[in-house]
Amino acid sequence: MLKLIVRRILVAVPTLIILSMIIFGLQRLLPGDPIQTMMAEESDPQVIEFLREKYRLNEPMPMQYLAWVGNVLQGDFGSSLRTGIPVTEMILQKLPITVQLASMAMIMAMLIGIPAGILAAVRKNSAVDYAANAVALSGMSVPNFWLGIILIMVFAVSWKILPASGYVPITQDFWLSIRSMLMPAFVLSTAVAAYLMRHTRSAMLSVLSSDYIRTARAKGLLSNTVIIKHALRNALMPIVTLATLLFGDLLAGAVLTEQIFVIPGFGKLIVDAVFTRDYAVVQGVVLFTAIGFIAMNILTDVLYIVINPRLRHPQ
Amino acid sequence: MKKLVVGATLLALMGSTAFAADLNVALQDDPDILDPHRGNTFVGRMVFGPMCDTLFDIDTSLNIVPRLVADWTWSEGDTVLTMNLREDALFHDGTPVNGEAVKANLERALNLPESNRKAELASIASIEVLGETQVAITLKAPDAAFLANLTDRAGMMVSPATFDTAGEGGLVCAGPYKFVERIQNDRIVMEKFAEHWDADNYHFDQVIYRPIPDTTVRLANLQSGDLDIIERPAPSDMEAIKADSNLVFDIVTGLGFYGVNFNMGNGDRSQSPINQDKRLREALNLTIDRNVLNEVLGMGTYPPAYQPFSTASWAYNPEFDGGERDIERAKALMAEAGHESVSFEILYANNSAMQSLFELVQAMASEAGFNITLRPTEFAAYVDEREAGNFEVSQFGASGRIDPDGNFHRYLACGSAGNVGNYCNDELTDLLNQARVINDVEQRKALYDEAQRIAAEDLPALYFYYTPRTWAYSANLEGFVPYADGVLRLAGLKPKE
Amino acid sequence: MTLASQIEIVAPRRRFRGLRKLVRNRGALFGGAIVIFFVVLAVFAPLLATHDPFASSFTSIRKPPSAEFLLGTDEIGRDIFSRLLYGARASLMAGVVSVAIALAIGVPLGLVAGYFGGLVDGGISRVIEALLAIPSLILAIALAATLGPSLMNAMLAIGIAATPIFVRLTRGQVLAVKTEDYVEGARAIGLPHILIIIRYILPNVLSPVVVQATITIATAIIAEASLSFLGLGQQPPNPSWGSMLNTAKNFMTQAPWMSIFPGGAIFLVVLGFNLLGDGLRDALDPRDN
Repeated sequence: MLKLIVRRILVAVPTLIILSMIIFGLQRLLPGDPIQTMMAEESDPQVIEFLREKYRLNEPMPMQYLAWVGNVLQGDFGSSLRTGIPVTEMILQKLPITVQLASMAMIMAMLIGIPAGILAAVRKNSAVDYAANAVALSGMSVPNFWLGIILIMVFAVSWKILPASGYVPITQDFWLSIRSMLMPAFVLSTAVAAYLMRHTRSAMLSVLSSDYIRTARAKGLLSNTVIIKHALRNALMPIVTLATLLFGDLLAGAVLTEQIFVIPGFGKLIVDAVFTRDYAVVQGVVLFTAIGFIAMNILTDVLYIVINPRLRHPQ
Repeated sequence: MKKLVVGATLLALMGSTAFAADLNVALQDDPDILDPHRGNTFVGRMVFGPMCDTLFDIDTSLNIVPRLVADWTWSEGDTVLTMNLREDALFHDGTPVNGEAVKANLERALNLPESNRKAELASIASIEVLGETQVAITLKAPDAAFLANLTDRAGMMVSPATFDTAGEGGLVCAGPYKFVERIQNDRIVMEKFAEHWDADNYHFDQVIYRPIPDTTVRLANLQSGDLDIIERPAPSDMEAIKADSNLVFDIVTGLGFYGVNFNMGNGDRSQSPINQDKRLREALNLTIDRNVLNEVLGMGTYPPAYQPFSTASWAYNPEFDGGERDIERAKALMAEAGHESVSFEILYANNSAMQSLFELVQAMASEAGFNITLRPTEFAAYVDEREAGNFEVSQFGASGRIDPDGNFHRYLACGSAGNVGNYCNDELTDLLNQARVINDVEQRKALYDEAQRIAAEDLPALYFYYTPRTWAYSANLEGFVPYADGVLRLAGLKPKE
Repeated sequence: MTLASQIEIVAPRRRFRGLRKLVRNRGALFGGAIVIFFVVLAVFAPLLATHDPFASSFTSIRKPPSAEFLLGTDEIGRDIFSRLLYGARASLMAGVVSVAIALAIGVPLGLVAGYFGGLVDGGISRVIEALLAIPSLILAIALAATLGPSLMNAMLAIGIAATPIFVRLTRGQVLAVKTEDYVEGARAIGLPHILIIIRYILPNVLSPVVVQATITIATAIIAEASLSFLGLGQQPPNPSWGSMLNTAKNFMTQAPWMSIFPGGAIFLVVLGFNLLGDGLRDALDPRDN
């Protein structure tokens, strides 16, 4: 087990290196100069030159890359060109926000998707099954930003029961914080709930149609609830792994939802930084979320093996 | 029981006036670095407003009035400014705002390598501290815009003890509110500074600025009561705001404008026909129906513009207005110049407002035979392309300055930093340079008028409309006063009784 | 975008049985019908459009649906119905071309990685993992911003961002098929690698790739709308559903029809492709009960 984890981490290292090169290179390929973009109306050539020197933007790319990597290894992710705030400080400030949003979305998705999947599996091919599938597909097909705006219009402006946007720290006011995140979490959960529903359904169906369950049922040995509980336990594995992977997706992918609901999470931070060419921020945050994503993947593999001992010794 | 209820109600009533509320304000963008000497954004200026007192301020008619400086005199020849500071002004860390502090600030603004205020203070030759609260600034030559610049970031005083950490570590200034915290993209929080010399005039405990770029979301938050004031509501939302009895819509003429400028000499693309022949530019001008722009885009809030100065400025001259749409004349001019149709490309930074503007321009100009291709780019690329000269005609916008020099010289004088089209007319530049060094408004106006006549001949730029300063706020507020520079001044603003 | 979670591995099967199953699947038929409907709208847009999609009219700003303007007008007076039709071209093209690019790059890479294994596989897999670790929309935004905002560049960006999925999928399939007897046999008689790959391996990886491609078209259409929403996709004045939504969001209360129709169109087309992809997966999956 330990050997497996170590091996996975070692394999992840070249991936991270390649990732850092991709994100670094991609940034520098973007047209436009970050300093000049910042200055816009007030361009003073002397100040521009000074800042370019300060942030080593005149040096050749490989030198800049090595300097950046060197700093990262010492824990210094640099500072925002625009505001001067250190990237690590920004990450620490925004991590709880993004985690809260992703967690709420994940919980909602599970609360909606898993029971729906069970229901659909048990009532296979009935009207309920088709309806559930239709709703799930609709959830996957609706554009997030559109759904978000409609929800704001209905729940915040017309009915005034939920805050229109913004973020309230959970330590400051628990219920207000939850209420502020309800709509964005829901918007994010629609696609995930759909996947969970479908996977739960197919995992349940697999188990329900397996020989020993069918035999036991035919013999009248097991009641329905026991069967469902048993099926669910076995179906849990693929569901759990899917949930972990989706969580990683959610963490960094809530870009448009964060824009619309004005949630200062990673997604909004990265997009804004791309548009203002705030190199250090994009590099630092993407690297951080990538490390998180890779860690999630390793965790998923470990969970898989823990739950299913047969996978402990790969061929 | 009854007594309890009555008692509680009385307490509540008293409390509603005794306990000041928080003020939530929405900004269009997230400010950049919170250091007045280095900051570059307009929204940054908004945030500095309540936190950092300036040496001078403006009133609603754009006249210079005292703030940290109680009174001042100019020497003969307008080269020495002697300022007497207030005696009771304190920085948020308790240190006094005295002559030494003022000198230190001005020197930082001049000498800090990253300072963006150097151009505004370039005319300073020396600064002398004459007493605890008296400072004399000697200029190299008279500078008409000098006091106006000191009402902005160049005149903001930061506590010298905090120079090293200003910006990254929290801002310590001398305004009625002091910095509490900042979460990028989320909020900037400030709380009342009890020892401020005008503390009684400020009625909110905390002021929270929140950047919300989307106008729909900004308005939604205002309507739901989560915000008290929003800046720059979209013109299309004006009807909804006016119809809502809980909200107030306020507007003043701003100092800025939008239009286009032509590439007159920055690289190859200045060879495009439209950039070479002023008759074609005049023809283009004649195809634009500014009233339509005003109606369609601004819902009546975008006054037509034909010159760099809006009606809020003393340099505005109605002589240069007028130019109704005239397609026939436009076609005649084009024929005279030897073209039946003219093609060119307009470069602009992609956002909905500019997109609609240039789509309309494209449609209007096509009626006379102009084939315009639109090239929207991202803002960063737009800035880059303009500097590099990689454009034929480009979006041209300015937020405007209190002093007319900032709307004209910066963009059209030879070699100016904002003159990306490299337009260069020595006579015009000369007139503008002269206007910079006289303080007499009459004389300056005459110079600007002459310069405008030249510009109207050469047409290095076309002005389409003046950007208004608009606000929407809760009807529960009273004492809101809009200023033409768009900055929120909180003195006297309070919840309704 | 949850591209990373759409991976399924299926064992090789014959194709025609699947086709029969597909036709009997009501969901798939419905989805197919929607897709064909929109394709027809897009192809025959010039004939069906009631107005010139570029013609603005200063007197008909933001008018609600009427006899003259079937779906209303937008903020500078253009007919929404006509723009919707032409916008279908942009959206459908964006979906199909992006996936075509992803297939053209991804499938060969996956074949090579899976078949040859070793260092080649190691190298390709590390790069793919690195790309997958970057959120796909961010990658698409960065690419689109680098190349410059335009429909073509958006398609390229989305295509590149979607490539890793197909590399992984194809590679997985190749690994499953590589050890089959008929492949071993072909190696034994000395057939050149390229022939083995094309004749024996490729046909057996196609099914799941086709399913994935259909579903990815749906995701790509939303991705294009997202990029246009941010200002990086199809540039004005050319119509695209995403950029129509971008302007429409400013007028939600005054002119809701500006957002209902483009948003609804995106929703329907994406739903169609998802239903079709679903049907294909059921038809081609031998484990279906």
